[in-house]
Amino acid sequence: MPSVCFYFQVHQPYRIKKYTFFDIGKDSSYFEGEGENNLNNRFVMEKVARKCYLPTNKMLFNLLKKHPELRFTFSFSGTVLEQMERYTPKVLDSFRDLVSTGRVEVLAETYYHSLSFLYSKEEFRKQVSMSREKIKELFAVEPRVFRCTELAYSNEIAKEAEEMGFEGILGEGVDHILGWRNPNFLYKPKGSSIGLFLKNYRLSDDIAFRFSERSWKEHPLTAEKFARWVSDVNGNGEIINLFMDYETFGEHQWEETGIFNFLEVLPEKILENQDNNFSTLSESIDRYQTRDEVDVPYITSWADTERDLSAWVGNDMQKDALKKLYDLERDVVSVGDEEMIDCWRKFQTSDQVYYMSTKGMGDGTVHNYFNPYGSHYDAFIYFTNALSDFKLKLEEKKTNKDFSKS
Amino acid sequence: MNKKVLMFGWEFPPHNSGGLGVACYGLSKAISKTGTKIIFVLPKKLKGIKSSFLKIVSPGTTYKTSYYFNSSIYPYATSSTSQKATSDFFKFADIKGNSLVEEVLRYASFGGEVAKKEKFDVIHAHDWLSFGAGLQAKKESGKPLVAHVHATEFDRGGGTGINPFVYRLERKGMEGADKVIAVSNFTKELIVKHYGISPEKVEVVHNGIDFTEKEELSENIHKVKEAGKKIVLFVGRLTLQKGPDYFIKAAKRICDFSEDIYFVISGSGDMEYQLIEEVARMGISDKVLFTGFLREKGLSEIYRTADLFVMPSVSEPFGITPLESLINGTPVLISNQSGVSEVITHALKVDFWDVDDMAGKILATLNYGSLSDCLVENGRKEAEKLTWDSAAEKCISIYNNV
Repeated sequence: MPSVCFYFQVHQPYRIKKYTFFDIGKDSSYFEGEGENNLNNRFVMEKVARKCYLPTNKMLFNLLKKHPELRFTFSFSGTVLEQMERYTPKVLDSFRDLVSTGRVEVLAETYYHSLSFLYSKEEFRKQVSMSREKIKELFAVEPRVFRCTELAYSNEIAKEAEEMGFEGILGEGVDHILGWRNPNFLYKPKGSSIGLFLKNYRLSDDIAFRFSERSWKEHPLTAEKFARWVSDVNGNGEIINLFMDYETFGEHQWEETGIFNFLEVLPEKILENQDNNFSTLSESIDRYQTRDEVDVPYITSWADTERDLSAWVGNDMQKDALKKLYDLERDVVSVGDEEMIDCWRKFQTSDQVYYMSTKGMGDGTVHNYFNPYGSHYDAFIYFTNALSDFKLKLEEKKTNKDFSKS
Repeated sequence: MNKKVLMFGWEFPPHNSGGLGVACYGLSKAISKTGTKIIFVLPKKLKGIKSSFLKIVSPGTTYKTSYYFNSSIYPYATSSTSQKATSDFFKFADIKGNSLVEEVLRYASFGGEVAKKEKFDVIHAHDWLSFGAGLQAKKESGKPLVAHVHATEFDRGGGTGINPFVYRLERKGMEGADKVIAVSNFTKELIVKHYGISPEKVEVVHNGIDFTEKEELSENIHKVKEAGKKIVLFVGRLTLQKGPDYFIKAAKRICDFSEDIYFVISGSGDMEYQLIEEVARMGISDKVLFTGFLREKGLSEIYRTADLFVMPSVSEPFGITPLESLINGTPVLISNQSGVSEVITHALKVDFWDVDDMAGKILATLNYGSLSDCLVENGRKEAEKLTWDSAAEKCISIYNNV
């Protein structure tokens, strides 16, 4: 003890292109941006593959060979897996190689990386089962643990996960829900009896956000130093949940920051202390008992300083966009056109509303970094224009269907 | 010790034809509030100026001067007016002098005369017409000169060429100054690029806005609103620089799509007839309304009537009108080619030439209520923070360091 649990989130949305008001009724290829820019999904996928996925996968694969004790956990959105299949099949192969070592776990999530749990339980369940199927199809494994979009978590979401047959769920180790406790134990959600993994946000964010920040007093962060912090948990914890976006490696933290050198030696530095080891989340469930119950009556997330969903449903534009989108559920389902349903779900990807966030400067600077649009207003405009076209098409299909019925 | 400032301007509210007078008023008022004394020099006597906070000096009344003249030179001389026929321009401007050179020299010598009589520590001159006076005052007194650039000849020309006399005077003023103030990074770049001024010599001081409480909307305006019509507003001089031609192109694009949208053009200028003809030719004269030049009450009413304010400027050193619009609770769409886009994030932004993008965003704002709400709510807060106080603070620190 303690067991280091690395979990990496792998996700890319289908970004909506610059879809103008005048395109409504004429163009329904919302997600097919072109040119060398960040609204071209192929361009982004190939860039991230080059900077992050391929080199990091290669490194992890070699590390797994070198250290038999090493474990990793991944979660993939369906939208990133589809884009790998379509644009960068080599990336998918390299992830499969990792999983086939048997020491890399894959989690389940909502296929479209959506906030559907807020709007429609039925839609939410559907997307989780789609995720399970996709993981089974591509990696030949059955996910045992569930992670919700943006690490959104509450008693209710845990209950849902349990009902869907999961043995564990992930959440943010928010201070006010933990109180005097620390995140370094397996907990139990209030109202259900599965395992709850709470992110150790200090240690996680030391890597994900602060690694290259020169004003940080611990800069530069070395593997030795980080391994020491891990060892410090001995005696006061059993698991250390290091949860982060996989794109941290090479994309958010560029290669020049030394992030790859850090990652390369981190396992051996951690293993230098014989008390330390690694485990996947499922192994941790098998190995450790839940130590206490945690009560989270409202939704928390891993974002910003508030650790809530205000980056996605904070302003009127976001609320309006989501409401208009989910209002279509009944019609979309009743029309039953596979392509329309898929398209409707691509609009649900949380990134679409994240780009509309107007949150203040402190957090806003992080948002701007991830925003491929000129501004949050442009993001709203292109989304709403495209959705207007989608609605027109939906009306048309509905009318045709009613007509053929009668 | 507070410095005493000798400030040269050209116009002052209510006798202003545009943003320069508004900026001089706002800035000098905020500077005065800090205890710094200002002697504000104008080229002619103007009635009705509310200026208890500063001492106004102008020819003819304050001193017995041989340079008495009743000038009303228009500070926004554009290439097409001044270059084409200088004499026409002066006939239009009703000035006793017969050339621009002579006019500026008159103001310059008056500046020298004031400098001999008044006590002050630093000279601050606003835009090209007062640079001569500023330089002369510096020559007489040996005090440092700050040249404040609110617009350059490259903005006014709107890309059609520059008046060499105006350019030379601007350049001479900036070269002779100890410090140059630019109203935006946008303008600073022009100054460095076209006037050969070293970037270290140029400080950026963004303009502010005076925030006054809202009055109630007049009854007429309520009626327009209740009819469910949408109004898109342009406010500015009708010159190439302000891009009204792009505004009507966008209007045409929109009128093909929607019946209920009206376009109001408020302002006057040398392009007025051309624009009216163009609108008629496009067949949208029932949708595009020209109000002429409006001031104060009329202007704030028209801002509040509008559902969206558009500033499609081709080259806008700062651009105070979007802030006025936001203060009045109307969202704004501004061109990227403007200084104000450096300080406002809660605005829609387009390149002035991208008529399709402009039209598309206008339609989106008018159709999507939550977009408009967010723009207004956040934009208004942002504009309210842009007070003249912080601009004044920067000026004072410049005074202390020249």
